[in-house]
Amino acid sequence: MSTLHWYQRKFFKALISERQVRFGFVVTSLVLIFALIGPVLVPFEPTALVGMTYGAPEAQAFLGYDYIGHDVWSRVLAGGASIIWMTLAASLVALIIGSSLGILAAFARDKVDQFVTWLTDVFMAFPDLILVLLIVSMLGREPWLIVLTVSIAFIPGVVRLARSVALNLVEQEYVEAAKILGYSKSYILFREILPNMLTPLLIHLGVMLTWAVGMLSGLAFLGYGIAPPAADWGLMINENRAGLLVQPWAVFAPVILIALFALGTNVLAEGVGRAAARIEEK
Amino acid sequence: MTEILKNTVLQVKDLTVALVNTGNHVVSNISFHLNEGEVLGLVGESGSGKTTLSSALLGYARHGAKIIQGTIALDGQDILSLDDHALRQIRGYKISHVAQDPGTALNPALTIGQHLLELLEVHQSRLSSSERNHRVAKILDEVGLPQDDVFLKRYPHQLSGGQQQRILLALAFLLQPRLIVLDEPTTALDVTTQTLVLNIIRKLCREYNVAAIYVSHDLTVVKDIADRVIVLYSGQIAEDAALSQLFETPKHPYTQGLLNAIPDVSIRKYLSPIEGHAPAPNDRPTGCAFAARCTFASELCHQQQPKLTLLSQAFDPHFVACHHWDEVGVINFQELDPHLIELKTDQQALLKVEHINAWYGQQQALFDVSFQIQRGECLALVGESGSGKTTLSRVIAGLNENAEGQVILADEVLSLQGQKRQLTQRHKLQYIFQNPYKALNPAHTIGQTLTKVVQHFFATSQQETQQKVVQVLQQVSLPPQVQELYPRDLSGGERQRVAIARALLCQPDVLICDEITSALDVSVQASILKLLQQLQKQGVTLLFVTHNLGVVRAIADRVAVLKNGHLVEYGETDQVLSHPQHAYTKTLLTHAPSLFKTTEQRICA
Repeated sequence: MSTLHWYQRKFFKALISERQVRFGFVVTSLVLIFALIGPVLVPFEPTALVGMTYGAPEAQAFLGYDYIGHDVWSRVLAGGASIIWMTLAASLVALIIGSSLGILAAFARDKVDQFVTWLTDVFMAFPDLILVLLIVSMLGREPWLIVLTVSIAFIPGVVRLARSVALNLVEQEYVEAAKILGYSKSYILFREILPNMLTPLLIHLGVMLTWAVGMLSGLAFLGYGIAPPAADWGLMINENRAGLLVQPWAVFAPVILIALFALGTNVLAEGVGRAAARIEEK
Repeated sequence: MTEILKNTVLQVKDLTVALVNTGNHVVSNISFHLNEGEVLGLVGESGSGKTTLSSALLGYARHGAKIIQGTIALDGQDILSLDDHALRQIRGYKISHVAQDPGTALNPALTIGQHLLELLEVHQSRLSSSERNHRVAKILDEVGLPQDDVFLKRYPHQLSGGQQQRILLALAFLLQPRLIVLDEPTTALDVTTQTLVLNIIRKLCREYNVAAIYVSHDLTVVKDIADRVIVLYSGQIAEDAALSQLFETPKHPYTQGLLNAIPDVSIRKYLSPIEGHAPAPNDRPTGCAFAARCTFASELCHQQQPKLTLLSQAFDPHFVACHHWDEVGVINFQELDPHLIELKTDQQALLKVEHINAWYGQQQALFDVSFQIQRGECLALVGESGSGKTTLSRVIAGLNENAEGQVILADEVLSLQGQKRQLTQRHKLQYIFQNPYKALNPAHTIGQTLTKVVQHFFATSQQETQQKVVQVLQQVSLPPQVQELYPRDLSGGERQRVAIARALLCQPDVLICDEITSALDVSVQASILKLLQQLQKQGVTLLFVTHNLGVVRAIADRVAVLKNGHLVEYGETDQVLSHPQHAYTKTLLTHAPSLFKTTEQRICA
């Protein structure tokens, strides 16, 4: 097995030798760690009213107070967890469902393919945010529902990508060889075809994370996300925008963190793509 | 003695192209010269740097490579010292290039007329339009294509491969350049079209007194067109000699090996492969690059790179880069005695194919084809592209479902739909694909690919499975360590061996080989053919699909010739190839390149 390890090491080496991967990985994981450990470190209860409305930063609250006197630092620490898990969950759900549908469409051809393509076209006709707003306003604002609707908005894109990559792969001779040997359909789909399309899918996952964090904070800003008084980065922007000139930190702190997460995931995806292309070149 | 007075067109000195990333040389220290009207054959296997060298002659290096040293003097002017603008002026005008694949070399959005006129507009803008039209008509006439407006308004996809290649030739010769670089111009063509294209090249070179460099991996083709041949190995010149000297008294062990490895249509000769494979640019040894595969290699070869030296006793200049060239004897081909090959006719037919009609899309590709194969024999299915030979083999394998007729394997009727076949029927009939680079899943290790097959067909314990895999790898002469490697770590020949191993694990009765050696180098091809012969001796029945008649002569017991979906001739190999009955078989045979036929014989025939 030593050779196998050697290859994994080579892949790992290629990954970390890419500057974008290093940068993206560090930024993304910093935001992740901040959001996950944050709730434990809060100095005040994030929902407790501990200061003046738009109170200026002071010794025990160095980011000041928000529109009704919550401690901004505590809310920033606590408000990341929800948006991060929702982002990850929405992207992963979209990736899994979308790529399965895409491979299936490419492999089955004809009617199944036409149906799936038609379905994705219908969903793609709606602008993403409008679609999500429509579903959320009809069905309610539970977190799992929001995750599901965001992923529904993303699925057509993943299906299209997975289908186009898989269409090329199903004609490869190793897939035909597997058919001649009489392997089961699920083996051919998920063991023969899927591993060969991981690279574009993973890159797309990175892009989806960027979109999802933007969309979820947008939803929260529009009032369709987590309900107040719970702490949430997107919600904080909405709550405190009136006091932007008086107490800018209440808006800037969550904005910076969301932007950093989006930037990190985007650069990471780009870097992984480059590293993969370099390995294939060799 | 007028030959000597001819002007030198091209003088290449110490040309070296290296990879940008690693600094390793792709081709190194290439020096040669070329006279007016001379055709130089540049021969080498894949990875030898022949395409890199040929494009470097136009001052071009592909992405990731760079010309780092040397001069290329065209009529005394060093083209590597020119700037971009001056270089563009020279390309197409003084040096032109004919690409390997005519299908991708022509712009699908432009008509034939636009292609040709565009070239005149760029390089000879002073010509009037009637003069231009005249020039275009003249060159089209010379390559044997119609000159009317209807033809000029056609798009590349409306032409056949041979016509496209002739358009490329017309483009290359249109401005009457000094030098033409032809990069495997006939590899993608059928043998009959190949002869036609070669004749045009020969005629035009003579007429316009153009020097040409003909790049190819196929020594038999080069023999028909070149005056002089350079053999490249691992980015260096191994041998540089006049045509007759190279073929009659090759001095480099590699050249000899190549000549020995080429199967020939005229005689059934003993094939001796060159073991091993050429080193990649990133791990070339310090000494002679061929030493690891050479039977003459000594300590000196591993330590010191041999220099290209001029042999004194030869009449024409003959250069060899080998420490032991004087020990390399005269080449002699071993012909197999045809009487030794016994054909058992009393055997029962193992595979019967009856009245197959098949469609490829809307078009019918096969018309009522019937034949049978006896147990333990090798049947070659021969035909040009479009003859339906691959369709037929796919029908038998159950991959083409748009077919009717009967396939009977050992008295059992097989469904033409692969999915409806039973497991036991499946593993009796195995298919090996043409392109070893696509036939193995790049995401699986060789071990994973092979063990899956065993687990699928046989309920064996882990230990037995492992044993079977090691055994089959031994059978195809691969070390057990390859199990941990991925296909990308193997060479083409090794991948094809793995593909054969995968088929063998099923313990097949019939092995369908679809052009399995056409993507491989000749030296590797010989070793795969030898492996197939061994398997045949062990009782495997082979259906070998190919367009290469030399390969047929080397391994097949019987031949079936397909033309446009019809079976036109069927019989014993030596009978069919030496005394063909059908006119089509005769045409194929006259056009098949061979080391033992002279050019004159082929043209007259």
